[in-house]
Amino acid sequence: MFPARYAREMPHRYRLEAHKCKQCGKVFVPRREICDKCGATEFEVIRLSDRVKLVTYTIIHTPASQFKDQSPYALGICEFPEGVRLTAQVVDIDFADLKTGMDLQVEFRRIQTDGHEGILSYGYKFVPVI
Amino acid sequence: MRDVAVIGVGMPKWGELWDKSLRDVFVEAALLALADTKVDKLDNMLIGCMSGGLFVGQEHIGAIMADYLGQRHLAAGRVESACASGGLAFRCAIAEVASGMSDVVLAGGVEKMTDVSGDGATYALAAAADQEYEVFNGATFPGLYALMARAHMEKYGTTRDQLAHVAVKNHHNGTKNPNAQYPFEVTLDQVKNSVMIADPLRILDCSPITDGAAAVIVCPMEMAKDLTEKPLVKVTGLGQATDAIALHSRQDITTIEATTVAAKEAFAMAGKGPKDIDFAEVHDCFTIAEIVVTESLGFFEPGKGGPAVEAGETARGGRIPINLSGGLKSKGHPVGATGIAQIYEIVKQLRGDAGERQIENAKVGLAQNMGGSGASTLVHILEVA
Repeated sequence: MFPARYAREMPHRYRLEAHKCKQCGKVFVPRREICDKCGATEFEVIRLSDRVKLVTYTIIHTPASQFKDQSPYALGICEFPEGVRLTAQVVDIDFADLKTGMDLQVEFRRIQTDGHEGILSYGYKFVPVI
Repeated sequence: MRDVAVIGVGMPKWGELWDKSLRDVFVEAALLALADTKVDKLDNMLIGCMSGGLFVGQEHIGAIMADYLGQRHLAAGRVESACASGGLAFRCAIAEVASGMSDVVLAGGVEKMTDVSGDGATYALAAAADQEYEVFNGATFPGLYALMARAHMEKYGTTRDQLAHVAVKNHHNGTKNPNAQYPFEVTLDQVKNSVMIADPLRILDCSPITDGAAAVIVCPMEMAKDLTEKPLVKVTGLGQATDAIALHSRQDITTIEATTVAAKEAFAMAGKGPKDIDFAEVHDCFTIAEIVVTESLGFFEPGKGGPAVEAGETARGGRIPINLSGGLKSKGHPVGATGIAQIYEIVKQLRGDAGERQIENAKVGLAQNMGGSGASTLVHILEVA
């Protein structure tokens, strides 16, 4: 992955930053130039809560090549209290204990080892609430 | 706008076509479509191709195909909407003709997927999802549809057996299709015991990786009788819609809203409703997709798509036969070609020329073609003229 592309994604991947519409309050990840609810174009940066609810999940047995060392792994969609939903791995939990509607928390983790150079990429994963 | 007729269709055998190149595969289909008409010269050509670049390193598809079709200088271009690229090519071709810009237009679709490894194909296909927010975190296409499947199962009680019934039905239909990649039967047990890909979806819940192309030729209705001897087929309804590309950003992940919106538009244009459709070709890239799509199109209430396939309502001889061609599941899924192959099947059925697959009283057919996890949809309604 090219450094500029990776760097652009750091605010939400590293810090859970989201953009909140200054007019109607709708929250977005990633950032947008225009609010799809009210059409306003000004946003403030907020930090998302790190407690989420699991909406749905799957266990991936046939991943893309850069995830083969992690297979099988759970992948879930979670909803943040701010209304945003995101897709990420659910880790540190037995697959049998996964349940839609359960509370999870968001943690900063290594996501993948990129390309032949073995550059590490970081971001968020969902884990059980401690 | 001018009324538009489909006067020619062509589709060669699909599969792992190792002895054929991207251009070979396309030109073979285009020549079959031309041979189905009295046309020798086109005014325009639109080709659906999702990712010539990632699959074979070839872009600039319009020029290369016009040249190898023997029509150098033809106005030709490629359109893209992921797995709905073929459907989009058909829509653009109709717009060319309906508007009066062109008279005779070829709409084609092509994909050459087996020149890369399985990992290469997974990488290319993943480009139809949200690269930064889904794929980066480990999502795959079977994975995204598995997320939908679990949500649908938990909300409506859709069962593992009902998913398997889609595969069993479509493979059965595919046994009657000489162009299908996998024209063999599968049993409920085989589907349910096949290799796990993304729980609850197994390998026999997934459409395959395929090389293939298909082509159709459209012209103004008033010229159609002079350009073909085949029974005339008229395009009566068109619909197109998009949605958030990331599954997690959609309002409801147990339905495909882009399909509902596109279908409403197509039904309104044709002056028809779901009950007026005699048969349909829908985008069964995964078994759960067919169940969700038949609900989103309005053929069944939300949550009733699973029970309907289990009860045989979508089988040959059922209330509304779905995917008589074998669908993506058995026929194959060369992504850019799929939307055009659906039109091929609809036209064959409406002409009464579908061989062993022919159903009785095929007067109104519907094709639904979608991209990614449902972020784009094309719907077309065709009728006997």
